[in-house]
Amino acid sequence: MASHAAAAPHGAQGAHGADAGHDDGHEHHHYTTTGLDNRKIAIWAFIGSECMLFASLISTYLIYKGKSLVGPFPHTEYINEAGKVFKPILDIPVTSASTFVLLMSSFAMVLALQAVQLKGTPIAATAGWWERIQRSSQFWLAATAFLGAVFLGFQAYEFTSFVHEGLTIKTNLFGSTFFTLTGFHGAHVTVGVLWLMTLLWIDRTRGLGPKDELIVDICALYWHFVDVVWIVIFTLVYLIA
Amino acid sequence: MSHDAKHAAESHHPTGNQYLKIAILLTVITAIEVWAYYIPTLVASPLFNPALIIMSALKFVIVVMFYMHLKFDSKLFRVLFTGSMIVALATGTALMFLFGKLSL
Repeated sequence: MASHAAAAPHGAQGAHGADAGHDDGHEHHHYTTTGLDNRKIAIWAFIGSECMLFASLISTYLIYKGKSLVGPFPHTEYINEAGKVFKPILDIPVTSASTFVLLMSSFAMVLALQAVQLKGTPIAATAGWWERIQRSSQFWLAATAFLGAVFLGFQAYEFTSFVHEGLTIKTNLFGSTFFTLTGFHGAHVTVGVLWLMTLLWIDRTRGLGPKDELIVDICALYWHFVDVVWIVIFTLVYLIA
Repeated sequence: MSHDAKHAAESHHPTGNQYLKIAILLTVITAIEVWAYYIPTLVASPLFNPALIIMSALKFVIVVMFYMHLKFDSKLFRVLFTGSMIVALATGTALMFLFGKLSL
């Protein structure tokens, strides 16, 4: 494994079709004309299709923005016929905290991938705690899954408080498009957390090493995509009134 | 050169410390966005929405280029992603025109 991934792009395959990270003879993949691993091409194609899904959901939200006939509204106060006052429903401080959590989960994910890539390589005796902790793939995978779960907790809190304040998916156009968009995103985060926990379980049972770089990289790409979708949602839905 | 830095240099990927700097940058941009949201004079400015969209796009590009390694990876992945993004943005823009949210 000494030559692992040397100067080859992620997912690139050697001349004989072996995965760049699998040159120990245990696992070989089919030769591809692109020289790239099919699984990595597949995840990028999947991410491309997901871009279109979320673009349609975000467009639908923007098209119906400001067209709700009854409240609660996202950024403005609403008084119904009975005189009941509904405050602007979006809670920016809470959502800012959940956004920070998701950004940090992406940071943890890149360190998890790096830790898997560096597994088995020597570390200097003088290395500090930061260098040492960077080598623990289990720590970073667990941190990513935990932060993802915290984000889902924030979303569950937000959805629950919205329902208590009178906004459901059936209340108005804002409720329909908001819950659909953020619900789809939350479902993606849930899948990501389950994926991360599976990787963590594999790491704990048999250990993840450089030969597993690609399967961790594919999960990381999915996780970062979920993060970038939230970056867009946070600005367009929460911050722009 | 430390082993981590040597590995990063070989695979052209950022090091752990560079990833940390990127995370701090993303946090700072998010903090600026949220801070601006609470300043009424900024919110009233016609530049507020474009500024937020630019900052959001900047964060998007940073994550895709450095955390998703698109800057260092095969061009085919770049084509797959940017091609899809162009189709997605074009579809979204067309829908906005179709439903009267945007007009010439």
